[in-house]
Amino acid sequence: MKLESAPLKTAANEVYRLPPPIFQARCRACWSVVLMLLLVVASFWSLELQWARFFSHESVARMGRFLAELLVPRIDAAFLGKLLPATLETLAMSVVGTLVAAVFGLLLALPAAKTHPQDRAVWRGPSRLLLNALRSVPELMWAALLLIAAGLGPFAGTLALAIHTTGVLGRLFAEAIENAPDGPGFALRVRGVGEGRIFLYASLPQVLPQLLSYILYRWENNIRAAAILGVVGAGGLGQMLAFHLGLFQMAETSSVLLAMILLVLLVDAASYAARRVMSR
Amino acid sequence: MSAVLPTPASRRDPAWWGRVFWILAGAVLLWPMLVLSEFKPWQLLAPDSLTPALKFVAGFFPPRLDADFLLMVARETWRTVAIATAGLALALVLAAPLALLSVRVLSLSGMAGRMAAGPAALRVGVRGLLVVLRSVPELIWALVFVRVVGLGVTAGVLAIALTYGGMLGKVYGEILESGDAHATISLMRNGAGRLQAFFYGLLPQNAAELTSYTVYRWECAIRSSAVLGFVGAGGLGQQMDASMKMFNGSEVSTMLLVFVALVAATDRMSAALRKALG
Repeated sequence: MKLESAPLKTAANEVYRLPPPIFQARCRACWSVVLMLLLVVASFWSLELQWARFFSHESVARMGRFLAELLVPRIDAAFLGKLLPATLETLAMSVVGTLVAAVFGLLLALPAAKTHPQDRAVWRGPSRLLLNALRSVPELMWAALLLIAAGLGPFAGTLALAIHTTGVLGRLFAEAIENAPDGPGFALRVRGVGEGRIFLYASLPQVLPQLLSYILYRWENNIRAAAILGVVGAGGLGQMLAFHLGLFQMAETSSVLLAMILLVLLVDAASYAARRVMSR
Repeated sequence: MSAVLPTPASRRDPAWWGRVFWILAGAVLLWPMLVLSEFKPWQLLAPDSLTPALKFVAGFFPPRLDADFLLMVARETWRTVAIATAGLALALVLAAPLALLSVRVLSLSGMAGRMAAGPAALRVGVRGLLVVLRSVPELIWALVFVRVVGLGVTAGVLAIALTYGGMLGKVYGEILESGDAHATISLMRNGAGRLQAFFYGLLPQNAAELTSYTVYRWECAIRSSAVLGFVGAGGLGQQMDASMKMFNGSEVSTMLLVFVALVAATDRMSAALRKALG
């Protein structure tokens, strides 16, 4: 080791070194790789994967038939008359869920942010814990839980989106508020302005573009989530999809899938346009 | 002096009318959305939905903690992790070759200026395939597979493999193209093969970013494998769904706690792994 680290000054050429050994007991990355490989092997070993049944002649033929039927969507007026309300319902779920989450996220982000050095921020820990708990349960799980209280239909889905997104946005908002430059707030604070007004006139105007951009980003996520939330009975396109797929009506399923993809593309375009307008 | 002091007139908010206008415009736009999503929070307080909900929530405490049940929860939790890990491993197998095929830097004809028509078309085709794989959510793949071969973990593993394969492939391609391509192109100009150029130029340059993204996706896959259980693809989600259907609050609360702990643990582990590898 010593020779390597201090090559002789008289050597005309660079001292040739062997490449490092592949595994060293001290290298943390090596152990991590070993751990990951073990995890993968244990996963495949412990799951009773039925590849034979999956790729049996019969299953493959059925999959092929499914895909062939998916290629011809049903687009007559009667079906579109049912599809359009479901699409609008999904859109409404995502919009309302995101907006409700933005309001509650901001309300929870205020106690979760430490805005100035003298701020004791006693509620920072508890509100962050709450935000993390809301965030770590996925939308679909919330929807399944809320079905009991809110009943079948888009309301449960909207609430589920709102609850999960509150956790995500609240944390992002809290970080944005904490990272905002504190000059304007300090200037108001030394003049004895109250904390509420400091937030409204100093912090909020500074972080508003960032908050709006986070809201748009979550809206893009939520439209994707709203489309599939209905699978557990929470309304919108997902409910239609689960219904028609359950009855093996592949033409209808194909139209629903197309509507989902179009809706997602539309929302992405709208969000992109909104960002362009905001950045101008 | 008095001109500098705030007079009552200057205390008025100059943007007041603008704010009122935008709030009203927003309300007009929002109204149909609220109607469509049947947003009626007072429904939650109606006695016929409040009583069962309160009863269900009251069952949350105490969580069920007997040994048999905990053993079952532990087994299903491991299954959730295993489905995510196996799915992501297959996704990697799917994504790596597709990403290699789609990277523009590794094109021999592209070095001379414009890429030849054939390779360019191949790259566009591979990218299209990745977009299709990625744009169908894993839950829909799982629904289809569960219909074709029945309930079971295989549907979950395949669903994660397909969707995450698309995601990983696309992002790998973007990461590989975003870095400095000088070393790779020099290797190819000096006669190295494309795979050699990849392994000695492109891969070492971007390895840290690639692994970090993969580990992050593993974390996401664990969450989605729990969700896939709700459509019958096995693991914690399936047990949770069953307990919810039986309104068994104490079982649901145990599993929710275990799930939140699992998400927090994978969060920590993935952060530590990224630090060790990065």
